[in-house]
Amino acid sequence: MKHIIQVLVENKFGILARVASLFSARGYNIDSLNVGETQDATISAMTIVVDAPDERILEQIKKQLNKLIDVIEVVDFTRREHIERELIFVKISREAKEEGVISKLIKDNKLSVVANGGSDCILLACVDRQSEEEILRELKKIGIKELVRTGKAAIRK
Amino acid sequence: MKGAKILIESLLKENVEVIFGYPGGAVLPLFDALYDAPLKFILTRHEQAAAHAADGFARSSGKVGVCLATSGPGATNLVTGIATAHMDSIPMVAITGQVKTSLIGNDAFQEADVIGVTRSISKHNYLVKDINDLARVVKEAFYIARTGRPGPVVIDFPVDIQMQEADFNYPPDVSIRSYKPTYFGHPGQIKKALQLIYRSRKPVIISGGGVILAQASPSLLKLAEKIHAPVTSTLMGLGGFPGTHELALGMPGMHGTVYANMAITECDLLISVGCRFDDRVTGKVSAFAPEAKIIHIDIDPTSISKNVRVDVPIVGDAKNIIGQLLEELNTSKLPDTAGWNEKIKEWKKKYPLVYKKTGRRIKPQYVLEELYKQTKGKAIIVTEVGQNQMWASQFYKYDYPRQFISSGGLGTMGYGFPAAIGAKIANPEKTVVDIAGDGSIQMNIQELATVAAYDIGVKIIILDNGYLGMVRQWQELFYNHRYSGTTLKNPDFVKVAAGYGVKGKRVDKEKDVKSAIKEIISYKGPVLADFLIEPEENVFPMVPAGEAINRMIGGMA
Ligand SMILES: Cc1ncc(C[n+]2csc(CCOP(=O)(O)OP(=O)(O)O)c2C)c(N)n1
Ligand SMILES: [Mg+2]
Repeated sequence: MKHIIQVLVENKFGILARVASLFSARGYNIDSLNVGETQDATISAMTIVVDAPDERILEQIKKQLNKLIDVIEVVDFTRREHIERELIFVKISREAKEEGVISKLIKDNKLSVVANGGSDCILLACVDRQSEEEILRELKKIGIKELVRTGKAAIRK
Repeated sequence: MKGAKILIESLLKENVEVIFGYPGGAVLPLFDALYDAPLKFILTRHEQAAAHAADGFARSSGKVGVCLATSGPGATNLVTGIATAHMDSIPMVAITGQVKTSLIGNDAFQEADVIGVTRSISKHNYLVKDINDLARVVKEAFYIARTGRPGPVVIDFPVDIQMQEADFNYPPDVSIRSYKPTYFGHPGQIKKALQLIYRSRKPVIISGGGVILAQASPSLLKLAEKIHAPVTSTLMGLGGFPGTHELALGMPGMHGTVYANMAITECDLLISVGCRFDDRVTGKVSAFAPEAKIIHIDIDPTSISKNVRVDVPIVGDAKNIIGQLLEELNTSKLPDTAGWNEKIKEWKKKYPLVYKKTGRRIKPQYVLEELYKQTKGKAIIVTEVGQNQMWASQFYKYDYPRQFISSGGLGTMGYGFPAAIGAKIANPEKTVVDIAGDGSIQMNIQELATVAAYDIGVKIIILDNGYLGMVRQWQELFYNHRYSGTTLKNPDFVKVAAGYGVKGKRVDKEKDVKSAIKEIISYKGPVLADFLIEPEENVFPMVPAGEAINRMIGGMA
């Protein structure tokens, strides 16, 4: 099952490696990890998405995250009310952009054009769990040249 | 003040008395500051030994051990020692030199990514990048090392910062918002635990290293006597509960006593204090304490429910929590456990730890029994790893905390001798004996130079079986006697000792054991004694790997 975990950490060098190595030491692949400063510049918020085949091991990882000296708080959003979003950049050809599916997504404000020069154009989507699937499905139909995602950011409701 | 001096002054503020270490290019300024500092410096002959000595100093004294090495190879040589301390939760501060900050990451001469390398084997680590952080870093390092679940903290200290100038202000206190260990048990959990105690007719206490670290021994003794619960002490916990007490069950697990393992298997309540249920203790987890409710007292929440299911977890300091339990305990609600204690007494009578003397070849168990007698059970016993370690845990009885010192979690061969050096420096008035194997001793035998140079009166007893005995035992029992890579062609240890200027002695007959031990412990300087023992003697009882702990080989006859 996929978990979204928020880790509030001291904004110091080294902490990212500590957090990441708790997952990697067990052969756990992190789906995405997103870090940024919070309203307090000394604290960073990490949003980690991880697929945990064994819930017990994930419990252990969460405890061990808490044990890291520079970790202030660990919250598993999975069973809590929260909002999550992710930004997706896609580069497609100018012709592809004119395809019906794409222009419809643009018209519906599900995709926006952020760069439009030369032979390619770059689109941006801000997705949640449902729209992510829909948009990726449509985009794959027309052929993507490049795709870059930020990873999920999440906030407690 | 220069960075190097700030570090030394900070160590003095932490009441550090002794540093174990080894110099090199990236710590020259530090060694210069050390030259006329009021601190004892012990030059070991290998950095690994410096780390183990700091660890032995810490285990035997309860203080934070300090070791120091140069960058690159000096630092990587410390790694085994840091990992050893980490696995056994030993408070230690390891200081490593680092290349100039401007060169970090450039593969500079003698550069190693010490922060990266020690990340998973230390409690915390610091790279000092700004001289103005230095005093705070040292203060935090000592605080983190000794509080909560203790452990080693590494300070990586670039050589240019050692030479920079700053004002020295040692912070009076520490506040780390992200590090707040829990010290007292949750009152609700204390109540729940008491309810289980009131319902138990067959309780057992399992006492781990946490009891010693938390100085909870006197409280534990009180609790055990009040609720009439027998106590089994893990390898790390030996001495935390008096080994000669009538409630003492000895060690549980793979080479534990039959009665400890039977008691765990049949008990209806297991109270674990400062024990993390290592797989050497539990054996097959599904068959571990199958009838029991489990109360798990531990300062580290990650230890709880990690290996065994727990009914009442209580996070906090062992001494405080036992104190809380004692305060609320209503003895009139305790059920009668006389039947249970009677049963245990019978097991003890029926299945004692045994061995057979031969009249000729020396049995290692006899050496330990004789050592126990002649030191009146009061020596500090340090061990290497292997059969020697298990015999030392079985045939010497430990009545006091910090009396038995052994690498439990990591099982580091080569640990014992340097750790004994640290223990002897912390306890100059006590007899300190390293119970060694002929394999293990050769992993840090160069420290004979250290004991000779400083006249450190450590006694080494090699239980010399000509084998990597513990591995050989497994090959004998589970690999059809195929002794692959386990036979040793040893040097003449007595001559080796002589070469280093240390008194050596060889003992090869049972009848000489008594007088030899007398000679060893009455000699005031360091001694290395080579006891040629029965080569294929095995450690029994034994629970084969992955088996239930009541399925023991040997010792049941
Ligand atoms: C550094 C290290 N390497 C390998 C091992 C694996 N090992 C465990 S016990 C043992 C044999 C130890 O031999 P010796 O010191 O002679 O002790 P004995 O078992 O014979 O008493 C070995 C090789 C270890 N524990 N530590
Ligand atoms: Mg041996």
